[in-house]
Amino acid sequence: MGKNEVASRLSAPVFMFEKLGSDSTFAGVKENLKNYLISKNMLSKRSLVGIRLSFQTLAVLLFMLIGVSAYAADPAVASSDEAIAAGKTVFNANCKQCHKLDQKSVGPALRGATDRQSADKVKSFIKNSTAVIASGDAYAVALFKEYNLQMPSHEFLSDDDLNNLLSYIEHGDKVDPAAAAAVTAGGEAGAATGGGIPSEYLTVILGVLVLVLVLILVVLGLIISVLTKYINKQDLPEDDKEFVSQKTDYGKIFKSDGFIIVVTALVIALVAKTALDGLYSVGVQQGYAPAQPIAFSHALHAGDKEIACQYCHTGVEIGRSANIPSPNICMNCHTHIQNVGGKEGVSPEIAKIYAAVENNQPIEWVRVHNLPDLAYFNHSQHVAVGGIECQTCHGPIQEMEVVKQHSALTMGWCIDCHRQTEIATEGNAYYDKLVQLHSDSKDALKVKDIGGLECAKCHY
Amino acid sequence: MKENKKTYWKGLEQLSNDAEFVKHADKEFAELPTVLNEEGSASRRDFLKVMGFSLAAATLAACEAPVRKAIPYVNKPVDINPSIPNYYASSYSAGGDYASIVVKTREGRPIKIDGNELSPINGGGTSAIMQAAVLSLYDKERLASPMVGGAKSDWKTVDEQVKSKLASAGSIKIVTNTILSPSTERAIQDFATALGTVEVITYDPRSNYGIAKAAEATYGQAMIPDYRFDKAKVIVSFGADFLGTWISPTEYSEGYTANRKVTKEKPEMSRHYQFESNLSLAGANADYRTPIKASQSGLAVLALYNAIAKKAGAPTLSAPAVEIAHLEQAANDLWAAKELGLVVSGSNDPNVQMGINAINDLLGANGSTVDFSNPVYYRKGDDARMNQFITELKGGQVGAAIFYNCNPVYDHPRGAEIAEGIAKAKVSIATNGTLDETASLVQIVAPDHHFLESWNDFNPKKGQYSLAQPTISPLFDTRQAQDSFLTWAGNTTSYYDYLQANWTEAFFPAYGAEAASFQEFWDGALYKGVIGTTAPAVGVPAIADTSASAAEVAKSYKADNAGSELVIYTKIGMGDGTFANNPWLQEMSDPITKATWDNYLTVSQKWANDNGVTMVEEHTKKAQLTVNGKTLVVPILVQPGQANGTFGLAIGYGRTHAGRAGNGVGVNAYNLLDVSKGFVQTDLIAGVEVAVTGDSYKIARTQTHQTFMGRENVIQETTLGEYKKDASAGRYKPEIYKDGEFVKPSKISLWGGHKYSQHHWGLAVDMSSCTGCGACTIACQVENNVAVVGKQEVLNRREMAWIRIDRYYSSDAPADDLAGMEIAAENPEVTFQPMMCQQCNNAPCETVCPVAATTHSSEGLNQMTYNRCIGTRYCANNCPYKVRRFNWFKYHDNKDFAVANMAQNDDLGKMVLNPDVTVRARGVMEKCSMCVQRIQAGKLEAKREMRKVKDGDINVACAQACPGGGLVFGDLNDPESRVSKLLKIEESDAAAKEVGEERAYHVLEEINVSPNVWYFTKIRNKEKNEA
Repeated sequence: MGKNEVASRLSAPVFMFEKLGSDSTFAGVKENLKNYLISKNMLSKRSLVGIRLSFQTLAVLLFMLIGVSAYAADPAVASSDEAIAAGKTVFNANCKQCHKLDQKSVGPALRGATDRQSADKVKSFIKNSTAVIASGDAYAVALFKEYNLQMPSHEFLSDDDLNNLLSYIEHGDKVDPAAAAAVTAGGEAGAATGGGIPSEYLTVILGVLVLVLVLILVVLGLIISVLTKYINKQDLPEDDKEFVSQKTDYGKIFKSDGFIIVVTALVIALVAKTALDGLYSVGVQQGYAPAQPIAFSHALHAGDKEIACQYCHTGVEIGRSANIPSPNICMNCHTHIQNVGGKEGVSPEIAKIYAAVENNQPIEWVRVHNLPDLAYFNHSQHVAVGGIECQTCHGPIQEMEVVKQHSALTMGWCIDCHRQTEIATEGNAYYDKLVQLHSDSKDALKVKDIGGLECAKCHY
Repeated sequence: MKENKKTYWKGLEQLSNDAEFVKHADKEFAELPTVLNEEGSASRRDFLKVMGFSLAAATLAACEAPVRKAIPYVNKPVDINPSIPNYYASSYSAGGDYASIVVKTREGRPIKIDGNELSPINGGGTSAIMQAAVLSLYDKERLASPMVGGAKSDWKTVDEQVKSKLASAGSIKIVTNTILSPSTERAIQDFATALGTVEVITYDPRSNYGIAKAAEATYGQAMIPDYRFDKAKVIVSFGADFLGTWISPTEYSEGYTANRKVTKEKPEMSRHYQFESNLSLAGANADYRTPIKASQSGLAVLALYNAIAKKAGAPTLSAPAVEIAHLEQAANDLWAAKELGLVVSGSNDPNVQMGINAINDLLGANGSTVDFSNPVYYRKGDDARMNQFITELKGGQVGAAIFYNCNPVYDHPRGAEIAEGIAKAKVSIATNGTLDETASLVQIVAPDHHFLESWNDFNPKKGQYSLAQPTISPLFDTRQAQDSFLTWAGNTTSYYDYLQANWTEAFFPAYGAEAASFQEFWDGALYKGVIGTTAPAVGVPAIADTSASAAEVAKSYKADNAGSELVIYTKIGMGDGTFANNPWLQEMSDPITKATWDNYLTVSQKWANDNGVTMVEEHTKKAQLTVNGKTLVVPILVQPGQANGTFGLAIGYGRTHAGRAGNGVGVNAYNLLDVSKGFVQTDLIAGVEVAVTGDSYKIARTQTHQTFMGRENVIQETTLGEYKKDASAGRYKPEIYKDGEFVKPSKISLWGGHKYSQHHWGLAVDMSSCTGCGACTIACQVENNVAVVGKQEVLNRREMAWIRIDRYYSSDAPADDLAGMEIAAENPEVTFQPMMCQQCNNAPCETVCPVAATTHSSEGLNQMTYNRCIGTRYCANNCPYKVRRFNWFKYHDNKDFAVANMAQNDDLGKMVLNPDVTVRARGVMEKCSMCVQRIQAGKLEAKREMRKVKDGDINVACAQACPGGGLVFGDLNDPESRVSKLLKIEESDAAAKEVGEERAYHVLEEINVSPNVWYFTKIRNKEKNEA
């Protein structure tokens, strides 16, 4: 390490134990998130809403072709694609938790804001709504009375940010209801027709088949008994009679050596298999879904509200642990959102966050994903470098009311993935030499090819 | 190498071919009892019972996995991200040592201390004690609250009592060790102003009062000069262990080794003469070392002066003639080097130091290698004033005695009298962080924060400043001592504000020219940790001549003393004893004696022969040591290189109130020091008697635990003259007969050879730069969670160190009988060789593991997978370097190791563990991993930033700690890396690289295990190859 380089490795001289005011933290977190999202422009990459967004984009394109505008926006607000795209990022990072474009949410629907008020007024309201309300602005006071909530200040947003944001609010993601409905319907129809036989039909078909086979068996049995009766009535030679009337001696079969050996072997094999399976599952907690101290729903936050995973799990791209968010991150939104589904009062679950903050008492979440101490796992390697989606290991987390361990998290499971996964080498100079050396091979460069199966990659 | 016919030996038992030693030598695992104690003994039946029970227990336990919690912060600080380390620049100052440091924290816990590369004083270097100091933060024997009258109290009570008591105490004395902090001095000054009759009395357990006193006489000001070992071409040291323990050894080691790195382009190095009684670290590194009696040291200085004065045409001094080998040669070399010569002395006698001043003045070194114009402040102690104070204290003339983080009851020669006197003072207060020998006697203890919890500033050298900042919230109900002084002075400012105010006033105008505001200046200083400028060295004119002091020296030193002499010295791992409760340091194997967990009387081989003492491995006898009526019983250690007629004994041991790990280890040598002449005298040349008692004793040494069975090519060395003639001088180049010709061993292999497509990690070790200081061994222990096993287990040969420093003695004298051995052991040459896993490409360990727990990686690392290891120990048996360690016990969470293995047993101690490295379980092998956790982290950072790994991004803990730059780590596949350039490697992705550097060699090259660790031949600056 050169003498100059050491400086860059030293942390900034902030006295780390100084208690930061909640305001500064709040602003700080948002600022960080904003910068981060803008700089990396990765929101859409791993957003849980990726697919839906594409529908929306389609709708927007359609809408643009038709060229019908439902609202008259302030002509000063730019409608360029770049401005809209940049504004969307700002919107997603700062506004989305409480606002929708065309519907009331926690706060009012935003589209047409510059129609209702001048653009400058809207900007000053976004920057510091408290000040505007305090200044006695009639429209602002009316808004405050209607929603009985104050919007947090956004002083950290630059003028460019605000302009872009307004562009997005007025011109972005416009949905023509009819067209949207058509697209949705078309999409569903497409899903229904393509992709072969759906699984529920398979079960029915199987059931019918079994039924048919059973019927055939019964019919065959009936035929045999009818035939036997018929033959018995005939006058047959003694040999044939004996043959017809002979009975199977089941007792003898049960007592035969062969039978005992086969059965014993089967039983032993079965017991051994059960025992082995049992042993292999020792310590494997797949499906583990413990009750948490707060009934936090990923389905609501990540699914419904489409909040990006990284918003709360701040460590996932920079470090080993993804980080369970601390209450100050919860409070970014829950300062304003006190209940679910627009209900009055404070939800008892959300009240637990308030209690934690007030009593300075950390929330003791139950750890769901437990790796043994001897295994080293680093989130940033997989998420930031490998570009693996969260759901690959954690399953459909955006549908989980209670988080459950989706994968086995065994070494075999890790190794299987390392055998199959291609490395995201594009644009990453670190892999240049490896890619070059591998160029002769017709297979893609996989994790296993660069030492991904070696012991000391995870055990040290 | 072969030609010079030297004998290399790790210990005297190997030299003498002792039967007992030979019996054990080839055994990898000594057959010794495996039990710890009576209760711990286990029979086969017990084993079966336990097995049965644990099977059942495991089955039951498997039914339900334990619920584990994940608890986030309530309000996460912006800078702290779980799993991501933060680094803070700070300063270390304790036990007489100073360094600017960088503290690594994880989740708010300091876990590692390293040198600050921006510091002009210690650079990136550290010492073993600095590396280990982080554990003292998590010592559960630190005081958890203030104490009044031996009972727990609170700060309100303490403040009330102190204020009311001090108001009526009369004369107040603050006793302290050297204070390097200008703001602390000012705070104490404010306290003194507020209370009136306050005097600050400074003393140092390791005193250099003699140098300051001599400077006062010679140059008119009491000061210690800045010794510039980096400039010196010829160094002569009289008993000053400047590489180990003298004044500022880390700084000096950096300067010294910078001049010892020899390359083909620059085949030059400094020449170093050492005249001393005990074999010190500096002596072990010297080109010419002469054992002299302590009683001769003063005369030797005068003789050197006279020799140079003759050449310079200056008047000589009258002094008794003394016969000392190499002295004349040293004088010649010094005179040739003139102002690039440097003469130092470890003596605390001002008269001797005046002689040193005179020599340096004659050479013109004053203003060059000896810089009195930029003095250092490491030692400000006044032995005479302290002596007087003790008399006053004993006489009941002191109203209040305040002990500011010092422990004179233990570490002052008149400690017993201080203990007596404390009871006579009306008020006695201590700010010590633990209930040590002094604090346990005072009325009120107001414990200070640990230095890693404190704000402070330091002024180690004229014009150089550094800051210390807290890296963790205070763990206990302690208060920074400066805050206590301010409070007691009636000042309500916090010390942090006080410090900033002082910097605004004192340093911002001088050093803040580039900063826009004080805040910017402060942030910058805190970020870098250091500020300052050093003015160029200017010679200081002498105002007195040395004839008077020379006459004194001639009177008190003798050319031929028949009596026994005792030289009290400091061990690099224990220092002045401040950190005696640190098990890492207690178990650090001393670079010279290789002993752990003890101090001992070092004796010469001749004395041992005369008194019938033989030392085979750990077995030795005890001796009764009597010095001026004071008697101690100490174990004997036969030390090659010990001057005949002298004995050595280390301070820092014999603590009674250090804590569980430090109490009762060794004997307290401070008691023996002589203060009768007004200064603390460590050389006791009269009144010393040593008699062997019949008692047997065992000293736990790591030295003879492994041997190379006489394969002498392990150490390859040469002299500078030979090197200039032939760069590969001293190299042993084995060849093997194959198909009618002799070829290099690397040409014959059973293996196909690995290919390393991306990285190939390697290490170069320069034996000429390694001073043997041992900082790397502790750095490794901290970084890799290496267990401490305790004295008994070291005796059982089960120490766990991943890196050891092998110390070889060599001599060309025969060792066939006792007399021959005496000659060989009289003054051997010493070579240090750091030895860690060599990460062999054809690793013998890998081929014998039945479960593939040790395998080879695609980056050249020999991987050890603990969770796969079943403990057959075949690998250790097959390792030619003996670097693999077996976990004979569960060292963590085990009450049998609770004291020794502090870092892995109590909740507080465990906070020091590196969370990125597994704590190993019982029954598995472990070894150096080349800090694979750092390699992985460095690679990941590069990948995240979408770039290649740059040389210097990744460094191993041992190389990072090394003050001499003796270890260089890097990627052998990267042609731009420092290690590739050092080794002059041809670029290839093959495992066995072609190395162009002629000094580089593999240890045991003939067996062709193809290590990734290369050693550079040791080069001594000698005229000819002589021992």
